[in-house]
Amino acid sequence: MNPLSVVVRTVCDLFAWFMIVFGVNVLLHGYVTPGGGFQGGAIIATFIAFLLVAYGGRRVASRVNDRLFDLFEEVGLLVFFILAFLGLPVTFFFNFLAKPLAESAGGFIPGVGTVALMSVAVGLEVTGALSLIILTMHRGIRMFRGEDLEPETGHDR
Amino acid sequence: MIANAPFFVVGLLFLGGLTAIFMEKNLVKIAIAISVISSSVNLFLVALGYRVGGTVPIHFLAGEGTRMVLPTPQAMTLTAIVIALATTALLLSLIMLVHRHYGTLDIDEIRRLRG
Amino acid sequence: MVKKTVFVVAAILLGAFVIGAVDGAHPFGDPGAAPMDDYFLANALNDISAENIVTAIVFDYRGFDTIGEAAVLFTALTAVATLLREGRRKP
Repeated sequence: MNPLSVVVRTVCDLFAWFMIVFGVNVLLHGYVTPGGGFQGGAIIATFIAFLLVAYGGRRVASRVNDRLFDLFEEVGLLVFFILAFLGLPVTFFFNFLAKPLAESAGGFIPGVGTVALMSVAVGLEVTGALSLIILTMHRGIRMFRGEDLEPETGHDR
Repeated sequence: MIANAPFFVVGLLFLGGLTAIFMEKNLVKIAIAISVISSSVNLFLVALGYRVGGTVPIHFLAGEGTRMVLPTPQAMTLTAIVIALATTALLLSLIMLVHRHYGTLDIDEIRRLRG
Repeated sequence: MVKKTVFVVAAILLGAFVIGAVDGAHPFGDPGAAPMDDYFLANALNDISAENIVTAIVFDYRGFDTIGEAAVLFTALTAVATLLREGRRKP
């Protein structure tokens, strides 16, 4: 793999962090604007892709800890299931925190209840899963370029 | 007939993807064709739920008392997109393994090598 | 040669079916009566004060679909990690 041009690498290095901010914005305002858990999580997962373009696989693999994304995914799924089960006295997935419009104070938890919380949980889960898929597939490329090919030199500054 | 043009576009996209699956020899191109087919199905779902003069199903952006498009096909499309993404990741991983095992991506070559 | 002919005939038949099915669908922009969607559109704001109805459907009314989707994503991740795990050598 040949390294991309220095412009592409610098822009990816810079904008990776802004993608996190933008993804968190999309994720947290999913109940009022277009967006939500999946979209925000997918945007946050581009952080890893941008880092892979900017720094190359070896440096990213030495810095990034897979356990963090494992933790994201497990916490997201657990919170999602617990929130779903907490509404069980009425039905599964009953929105026990929400208030009707008349007595709603607006905003995050007082208004929409478990919708926003589940959105955050699914966002965490999607972030972890997509980041791990990207990292694993990239590691698979490196593994498979193994003995008979020359070691990876590209993408590293 | 002409009013159904979005549905025809979706059908043509679907047929293009299907033709690529049948005709192409490269596994990566077949994976791209499968992605095109899933995109066409997503487009079809969204187009099914459109109502004339409808706006986005968000009260905050649409204002009070306006006509909105159907929200359920959009929600189902959201689920379908994520599933298509997971399927594509799995497909590409399998293609990587096939390339490592056989050293080629040509399906005729792979069939010949299997003997 | 025979295979090619069969493929071409099958493609033409399938194309005819797809075009016919698309032509027989309801007219674009008029999906007819949709009581469920109308209920969501009318009551989502009063039930849970969610402005975004699509998000309300995904995470509240039809949460089971979201559970299935999360399971699919988790399964895909597990499968990818199993296929491309470290230490697999070229056979």
